[in-house]
Amino acid sequence: MFQEHLPTLIIFAPTIGAVLLMLMPKDNEEGLRYTALTVTIVTFILTLALLPGFDMSEAGMQYTYSAEWIPNWNINYQLGIDGISLPLILLTSFISLWAMVASWSITKQIKGYLILFLLLETGMLGVFMATDFFLFYVFWEVMLLPMYFLIGIWGGPRKEYAAIKFFLYTLFGSVLMLVALLMIYFNSHHPESNEHIFDLLLLTDAAQGNEGLLNPVMQQWAFWLLFIGFAIKIPSVPFHTWLPDAHVEAPTPISMILAGVLLKMGGYGILRIAFPLCPVAVFDGSTVLVAIGVISIIYGAFAAMAQTDFKRLVAYSSVSHMGYVVLGIGVVGVVSADTASDYWKMGINGAMFQMLGHGVSSAGMFFMVGVVYDRVHHRNLNEFGGLAGKMPLYTGLSAGIFFAGLGLPGMCGFIGEVFVVLSAWQFSKILAIVAASGVILTAGYILWTLQRVYLGAEYKGPHEEALTPMLARERIVAGVLLVFAIILGVFPNLMFQYMIPSIQKLTDGMAGQMAGL
Amino acid sequence: MLANSINQLITDLPTQIGSDVTAFLSELVLCGTVVALLLGRLLGIDRKMPGHWIAMAGTLIAFGIAFGNVYANGPDAYQVGEDAQLFSGLLVNDGLTVFFRLFLLVFLVLVIALTVLSGIPDNEDGPDFYTLLIGATIGMMLMASANHLLMLFLAVEMASVPSYVMVGFLKGKRLSSEAALKYVVYGAGAAGVMLYGTSLVAGMLGTGQLHLVAEKLRDLLTSEVGVGTDMSTAAVRTIVLGVMMILVGLAFKLSLVPFHFWCPDAFEGAPAEVGGFLSVASKAAAFALLIRVVHQLTGFGDLAVPLAIGLGVIAVVSSTFGNLAAYFQTNVKRMLAYSTIAHAGYMLTGVVAMLVALEDGNQMLATDCVEGVLFYLSVYLFMNLGAFAIVALIRNRTYSEEIADYRGLKNECPWLCVMMAVCLFSLVGLPPLGGFVAKFFVLAPVWEAASIHWSMGVLVGFALLNTVFSLFYYLKVPVAMFIVDRPEDARPARTGSTEAVFVLLLTAPILLLGMSPLISKLSLAAERVAHDTITVPDGARTSTSPEK
Repeated sequence: MFQEHLPTLIIFAPTIGAVLLMLMPKDNEEGLRYTALTVTIVTFILTLALLPGFDMSEAGMQYTYSAEWIPNWNINYQLGIDGISLPLILLTSFISLWAMVASWSITKQIKGYLILFLLLETGMLGVFMATDFFLFYVFWEVMLLPMYFLIGIWGGPRKEYAAIKFFLYTLFGSVLMLVALLMIYFNSHHPESNEHIFDLLLLTDAAQGNEGLLNPVMQQWAFWLLFIGFAIKIPSVPFHTWLPDAHVEAPTPISMILAGVLLKMGGYGILRIAFPLCPVAVFDGSTVLVAIGVISIIYGAFAAMAQTDFKRLVAYSSVSHMGYVVLGIGVVGVVSADTASDYWKMGINGAMFQMLGHGVSSAGMFFMVGVVYDRVHHRNLNEFGGLAGKMPLYTGLSAGIFFAGLGLPGMCGFIGEVFVVLSAWQFSKILAIVAASGVILTAGYILWTLQRVYLGAEYKGPHEEALTPMLARERIVAGVLLVFAIILGVFPNLMFQYMIPSIQKLTDGMAGQMAGL
Repeated sequence: MLANSINQLITDLPTQIGSDVTAFLSELVLCGTVVALLLGRLLGIDRKMPGHWIAMAGTLIAFGIAFGNVYANGPDAYQVGEDAQLFSGLLVNDGLTVFFRLFLLVFLVLVIALTVLSGIPDNEDGPDFYTLLIGATIGMMLMASANHLLMLFLAVEMASVPSYVMVGFLKGKRLSSEAALKYVVYGAGAAGVMLYGTSLVAGMLGTGQLHLVAEKLRDLLTSEVGVGTDMSTAAVRTIVLGVMMILVGLAFKLSLVPFHFWCPDAFEGAPAEVGGFLSVASKAAAFALLIRVVHQLTGFGDLAVPLAIGLGVIAVVSSTFGNLAAYFQTNVKRMLAYSTIAHAGYMLTGVVAMLVALEDGNQMLATDCVEGVLFYLSVYLFMNLGAFAIVALIRNRTYSEEIADYRGLKNECPWLCVMMAVCLFSLVGLPPLGGFVAKFFVLAPVWEAASIHWSMGVLVGFALLNTVFSLFYYLKVPVAMFIVDRPEDARPARTGSTEAVFVLLLTAPILLLGMSPLISKLSLAAERVAHDTITVPDGARTSTSPEK
């Protein structure tokens, strides 16, 4: 009973918390904060409660739950968790928890902020658990409104512009996704009743059966519509321009969520929907996919190097790092009708791990930027320097987290990048070389940043007197994120053990349709 | 022919009248309420008992009768085919009638409650206002149940004339009088065109019965003595012209481009309560009528698809123009007026796809199309009235309907602001709000109809693009409310809790129709109504012409 309803409970625990907050008086700020924090902690514990009952050897959906929602359209409230979604669910509740701790820096209209924050968490968790396409779409969109207001109300000077840009890009992507959803729905048939369906599991079976779900031409359309929708979220070049603006203007905790979780939804959507439903189009389009991935890596890295705004730099580093995700999933290879090549599996594993690693490290980097911004109220890289002398602990923790982002061996960023680059070598040596050179560029801009911000003789910018040591709360957030960056780097199997069977099932299932080509 | 009708009426009277009146009871109760309101004024009762109590009581009784009938009898609350005809075929009491009767009565209750809260007709004017309001609603209910070209015209006029007066109800205001005048002039023109159209059609077909139009048309165009579907024939041209003229009249009620010019001015000048009433009720009734009329156009055979595409073009232009024009508005009511134009365009795509599907013989798909339109209207009732109601309530505090004066309202009346955001985002069509589900239910069957004619896919494409456009201007209001700070010298706008509860009541269905199992309840009901609407006349046809 508890097991069956656990996913529902996880999704709606933050909503229940939001309703509780609504009923509380708005003057009691500390009470509101601690209530919201408790809710995120409870949600995190609930997601951890998924682990004992999760069968690692099982590739398919677990914790499945299905109830009719709109039966005359065959729309179900249908949830399920497999090895691809489980790590991302953990990441979501984990990052939400620490972003909530980081939210102590928010002082304006705290009640509204916390309510929207919790609603956002519901949307994110729902996306990772929905196994009905319609439900997935609803959760996907549910995140938009809270995110819009979180950036728009609590953001920086150009918050309105950044918020609407984020909103428009995502809505445009969603509309494309909706067209693909309609295409898929009207071409689907329930195996027994022959009615149209939204059930992703049945759709996947149909797409990988002999008949296929869509004919090859429609697959091309559906795939690219879906891909653009998801690529906007990832964000891949050339759909990335909303990200730097959104990040720069968003308050620190929201940046953490944005980089740590929201971007992962793009990669997840591709793996959960675009890939399994359109295998032929994936096979045909793999060259484009890897090209987009590599371009994102290189372009993001160069763009990061050119920034003078600390937060913008981290934002562009996200574009670059998420490029590895697209590259990793795009190195399609097939051995026979029921087996995909090992390097493709390795690529997707690497991409998944890159998402997790980047989730931890980028949230950490944005948090570190926020810590110093809260003190000196500027982010101009050229006016920093000498922080190591004033804030030694902060400098140490930052260096650790930035090295994790850089992909230093033994830390979380390394595993994903290596897996992706190695698998790309099998796919195309030139691409692998270019992608690997991205690592050097990354090292370049991160080391240069460290040098400009932390090293040097003295701090040159304004508000020098405000450079006080980290608060206990800040130390905890930074410390925890750094510890997890190291744990993931040293014991990557902690996460790989969950995802390998599901990824194998995904790729092998798609191989059948591809092998005939 | 007239003599025949009268004879039939007289012979059928004793047996028929009883059941006819029973089916018509809600409308009669409303008529009684109007009489009571006027009598109350005559006898001075309105001094002791405000008009809104009489109006509310009458409407609630009418609603109770209509709802009790549906509640007790379920699908048997209405009849199908020939049995559904009332008053020797002038009206029908079919699923569509019952659906819109309930729809309009619920809406009337809500509007009266809103006027009580906002106090727009004062005690002095109350009886007049409610007489007009209820009178217009009776007209709209007749529109939804009209089964004769004559009734079609009479009902449209009965709905329109009180509307003209209500638009000009703020007597002292120049803007209001100007709006009413524009509305009257446009309305008179449209009515004239429509009357001409109905006489052309009735003359060519030899019948005014709406449900016989398709059959007669088919006979005229395809039978042995038929004239074919060649546009070069005078008869075909005349009948196409007649149909188009009728559609012009309906397009005026629906404020579709290019018959929309009255709409922004009328809405800006009219009190927001009246704007809310007109934007929902008059549109819903016009859609009921449009579904009936367009359903008969299948009789055109080959010409039906070009006609549908013509309507589709109007739909696309309406939604695109409405959304683009709304962007430049600074007055909330004017912006909402353009938004209603856009929404009429979205809903029209459903009706267009219905015609295309029917022409292809796909009744299931046509049913889905009508179901979508009915569902959309149901959500639209709450989101549009909600938006107008909040505009009215805020106007009562700040005396302004400019977006600029909404700045920073979130601290003054947070509930109204949150609910306004819910209404507007539902109008955009964002999940998890009812507007999204409604849009999906309308557009999904249209997309499916693309397999019959590719242009339906284009309609969906434009509707979705418009969704993205529309975000721009709807957002202006929440941005002003939530993101911008309140100017120092702004008038305080604290609202009471009664207002908040009322608005909450209006917006709760938007949330419920977006997330809860209520969606399937409503869509199943809409599907049943749509099914009976689409298939029954066909069944009737098989009884008369077995080869079809």
